[in-house]
Amino acid sequence: MIPPKERIQREQIPMPEQEPNERIYNFKEVPLGYTQEQAIYEAQRCLQCKNAKCVPGCPAEINIPKFIEKIVEEDFTGAYLEILKTDDLPAMTGRVCPQEEQCQQVCILEKQGKPIAIGRLERFVADWARENNIHGKLPKVSKKEQKIAIVGSGPAGLTCAADLAKLGYEVTIFEALHQPGGVLVYGIPEFRLPKSIVEYEVKEIEKLGVKVITDFVVGTTKSVDKLTQEFDAIFLANGAGAPRFMNIPGENLNDVYSANEFLTRANLMKAYLFPKYDTPIKIGKRAATIGAGNVAMDSARTALRLGAEKSYIVYRRSRKEVPARLEEVHHAEEEGIIFNFLTLPVKVLGDDKGNVMGMECIKMKLGEPDDSGRRRPVPIPGSNFVIEVDMVIDAIGTSANPIVARSATGVEINQWGYFIIDDNTKATTKEGIFAGGDIVRGSATVISAVGDGKVAARAINEFLSSDKSLRKSK
Amino acid sequence: MYKIVKKEKLHEVIHSIWIEAPEVASSIQPGQFIILMITEKGERVPLTVADFSREKGLIRIVFQIVGKTSEELSTLEEGDKLFSFIGPLGKKTEIKNYGKVITVGGGTGIACIHPITRALKEIGNEVTSIIGARNKELIIMEEEIRKVSSELIVTTDDGSYGRKGFVTQVLKEFLDKDKSINKVWTIGPPIMMKVTCEATKPYSVDTIVSLNSIMVDGTGMCGSCRVTIGGESKFVCTDGPEFDGQLVDWTEFMNRLSRYKGSEKKSWDLYHEHTHTCTYGRGAN
Repeated sequence: MIPPKERIQREQIPMPEQEPNERIYNFKEVPLGYTQEQAIYEAQRCLQCKNAKCVPGCPAEINIPKFIEKIVEEDFTGAYLEILKTDDLPAMTGRVCPQEEQCQQVCILEKQGKPIAIGRLERFVADWARENNIHGKLPKVSKKEQKIAIVGSGPAGLTCAADLAKLGYEVTIFEALHQPGGVLVYGIPEFRLPKSIVEYEVKEIEKLGVKVITDFVVGTTKSVDKLTQEFDAIFLANGAGAPRFMNIPGENLNDVYSANEFLTRANLMKAYLFPKYDTPIKIGKRAATIGAGNVAMDSARTALRLGAEKSYIVYRRSRKEVPARLEEVHHAEEEGIIFNFLTLPVKVLGDDKGNVMGMECIKMKLGEPDDSGRRRPVPIPGSNFVIEVDMVIDAIGTSANPIVARSATGVEINQWGYFIIDDNTKATTKEGIFAGGDIVRGSATVISAVGDGKVAARAINEFLSSDKSLRKSK
Repeated sequence: MYKIVKKEKLHEVIHSIWIEAPEVASSIQPGQFIILMITEKGERVPLTVADFSREKGLIRIVFQIVGKTSEELSTLEEGDKLFSFIGPLGKKTEIKNYGKVITVGGGTGIACIHPITRALKEIGNEVTSIIGARNKELIIMEEEIRKVSSELIVTTDDGSYGRKGFVTQVLKEFLDKDKSINKVWTIGPPIMMKVTCEATKPYSVDTIVSLNSIMVDGTGMCGSCRVTIGGESKFVCTDGPEFDGQLVDWTEFMNRLSRYKGSEKKSWDLYHEHTHTCTYGRGAN
């Protein structure tokens, strides 16, 4: 055992990464992952707090000190099985969770600016298990007769499915695309989350007995109403879905993309491997991405890797308000992404063939705080200027795709089209139907979707375990 | 799943295939489309259905070879399977009794008007169908369309069959002599739909077109298919594919269809190089 004093003195082990000047020419993962020695050294720093604050800080409810202790003991299998008790997507959450806002933010060592690198340790354990062919075991439970349908195979749906399968239910996931994973496969780029890892973790969940049906558009192939006749409970986790546009002139020019389209082409359809894969994508010389969230960083960095000489982020607020994870902004800057803060696009310029020739913008200044508490950006009259670009990517968020909701009688939505739910149970306004993830929250994070999946699974179990006669009289 | 159960060559470059897809067949309606992928590495291709059989669980599509994917699709044989097949997508045609209507089909658009024409006739409309192509060989599904129409007129540009001239000329004649025609559907190459809309405009008769934009997911997620309709941006996949033809921004629509011309050519050239090598060049390298 290392004395607490020494543990506190140790510094956090930095994540080994691919060099920026190398990685901008490939789609390989940027952070390389801890080695075994690094993981053990980092794990040894954990103070093993009695009332560890990191645990309630984790929406996936992982017993963090316990799995870290197993790493110290060099029992990586034990560490993996510990995580799997509550999180069936550890290689993913270890990579894409904003740990700095969750478990690591409440770590006692955060006060000294060096919290335990929980996410990196989680990733190490998951990667180690995958590489060493270590698998979780299906808990011994009696099979239940009730059937549950899950709409959407993103992080919320997968998590809910895994938890319910472990309780013995017969679970079927319906996925509209040809590959399961939702945003994990179409949205998040290979260089942040390799698709082989998503595939692997989905397969592990299938091994729990979960059936995944792809190419099935709930809402058009079959309605939610029809599914209610075939299943005892339904969890709607179809994602936010529809891209938002700026609604400025020139936005339907040929080389203006929604981030959804751009990233889906690049990630799900593997357009970065064209012509080996058939789906094409625009290789812009100068690309402008509008917005500064994680999706905007992903888009700008993808454009760069595809061959853009200049890749801009255009954001109407200032650096302080950037919503993306710090790590993503840092990576983007290292790679040479050019940030234009306090800049609002007003028009996309094109030629008569529809090609993008530039984007007219106006300079902004920060005014009084708005509803979100952030200072409202106000245009500076006469400050218009043109950025020379040949492609534009709108990454300003998503809105609710209505296809699923339209086919669900009695499931109420709010004014933005998101399902109305009871926060504690994720129950919608129709008995037996639950909802979670982005189709409830709007664009949020993978981990909040995972959290929703867990809460819903518990509530569905309670609902199905309760007396049926009671349910009907409700 | 997604097995090709029947294949027909309607012309050297136009093929018809029936695909096993019971879930899709059970819920598809006239006017809707499907998206297919031939292989895991393929594109997602949207195609408006030409026919369906709910009892047999089959969907029929008719396509013309215009690039790599369609050529590859034409090489598949009965018994072969597609990697992916989803649907139904898009809104269905608004089928009701309008009285007298005309359906106009050009090229593979002839196949697309087939289920629409049938449904319109079944519900009691008097349906005149006008189908046209460059020459006799390119006229497809003539007997099938005749069966589901009250009257059928065939035109060819070169006069090798039926009336010589364009579908629009015949359409205008009908609109001139019969003021009680209430609605027109026109499906075919973009330029043909555009010209048909120009032809019907002076008669102020509702003219519906079915747009086949470039799509990725086809479920409203990506916005690749967006098109300006009456000054407003719409998604062909979820708001369409049918729109009031008079409101379509045709220049923008056609520009956006040409977005990947360079890549499409490259892909097709490589495919030819490859198939050529496979057929004749074994061991050449």
